[in-house]
Amino acid sequence: MNPAAPDLKPRDAANRIVLAEQDRFLAGDIKRLSGTDLSRCYHCRSCGNGCPFIRGMDYPPNGIIRLVQYGLRRQALESHAIWICVGCHTCSVQCPMAIDIAAVMGTLRHLALEEGVVIAESNILDFHREVLHSINQYGRTHKLGIMLRYKVRVRQWFADLDVGLRMLAKRKMDLTASRVKAIDEITRLFIPDWKR
Amino acid sequence: MPGSGHHLTDLSYFPGCSLESSARESNISLMEAAGILGLNLIELEDWNCCGSSSVNILDKEIAFSLAVRNLSLAPPHRPLMAMCPRCLYHLREAHQRLVREPETLRAQERRWGRPISPDLSIIHFLEVLVRLGPARLKQGLVRNLNGLKFVPYYGCTVFRPPALRQGTYYQGELGHVLTMLGGVPLTRALTHRCCGSFLSAARADVVTPLVNEIMASAVAEGAECLVTSCAMCQLNLEIRCTLEPRLPIFHFSEILALALGAEDYEGWFTRHLVDPRPLLAARNLIA
Repeated sequence: MNPAAPDLKPRDAANRIVLAEQDRFLAGDIKRLSGTDLSRCYHCRSCGNGCPFIRGMDYPPNGIIRLVQYGLRRQALESHAIWICVGCHTCSVQCPMAIDIAAVMGTLRHLALEEGVVIAESNILDFHREVLHSINQYGRTHKLGIMLRYKVRVRQWFADLDVGLRMLAKRKMDLTASRVKAIDEITRLFIPDWKR
Repeated sequence: MPGSGHHLTDLSYFPGCSLESSARESNISLMEAAGILGLNLIELEDWNCCGSSSVNILDKEIAFSLAVRNLSLAPPHRPLMAMCPRCLYHLREAHQRLVREPETLRAQERRWGRPISPDLSIIHFLEVLVRLGPARLKQGLVRNLNGLKFVPYYGCTVFRPPALRQGTYYQGELGHVLTMLGGVPLTRALTHRCCGSFLSAARADVVTPLVNEIMASAVAEGAECLVTSCAMCQLNLEIRCTLEPRLPIFHFSEILALALGAEDYEGWFTRHLVDPRPLLAARNLIA
């Protein structure tokens, strides 16, 4: 079930990975930032065995840990797997070495955003941005607004149209948003301190 | 622990965005069930989003502050109850950090201009039921579930995420409560498999096989329906399943309220994408 790692397969000279040239601080940094010791991983693959999302990932969870251990920063930060992970913690619970793998994924997502690398799953990121926008505006999530703005962003007007219409018909999506009254308290969270 | 046993009457209640909108039927039935059990759920005044997965991914500090604002609104003397497992998780995680970092607690108290109690107890509705005890449930039982075969579906978040390992464990409680009310839990299906969460919006292609796998496991066990503790799971299991015939997916609060004799169920069940009424009628649970 574990998918092949595309970046590591080619063995010709152009694609050779020289470990000595990789980021030797990466594993230590991730360990400190995520608060979990990924050097304990002995690649038993329990994480990938339980992961509900492994079919959608380019690297299995332990593969991501391996990339970090080898210091392959770009491959880790530009992977699809870190964005496909929803943080269900199945891997973290199953890991015999008690490594919080979901926390490693979260830390890598954070670094990917911070360092401005190519985000492999731009649609997922766009969705998160729309959720954030909705909370900024109303203090709560407004599903219809999020989905409409998301559709505009990704220009997939007809994908899931049937599901959307059924949800509207059942009034599962409200036309108007539920709002926080003291919205100032919310919006100021989204403005940097020095701008307030 | 404040409000244990028979004193457990007044609770602050955090509905969360899903129960406020797409899963309103869960909110209404929860209120109904709580009323019958003699609980007074007082909605948290002007609550906001708990932080959600998305904000936690994009900006952890904003997510943390969002969760903390809710804590600052909660009166310290009564427990804060949540129904959505994800909300519970974010509220508890934020509270843990406040307890761990006194300087962060003080900064947040200054930010919101309200005191935040380090002793605030944050609990799930299941815990309230367990603390109430079986006698109270039995006492309120009006419609025996008549051996309704259900899969107690917990989803991923009540399955003890590492940050909450010291917290209460809700494993098995859905089944225990509904067994007491006459249901038959089938626990060998995929009861803790993640429903796909927010990927349902951006990567439905990943979620559909996953949901089908969960549903197929329920069908293989001979289930008539699934009962879930999470509003997002309920929605994902309904909209992303492509297998036929589709099993109805209940919010836990709906089945509970139904067994406790609630009468306004028509309004809840019409909001389901998979109509559960034929099943309930066949079981003589509704007219």
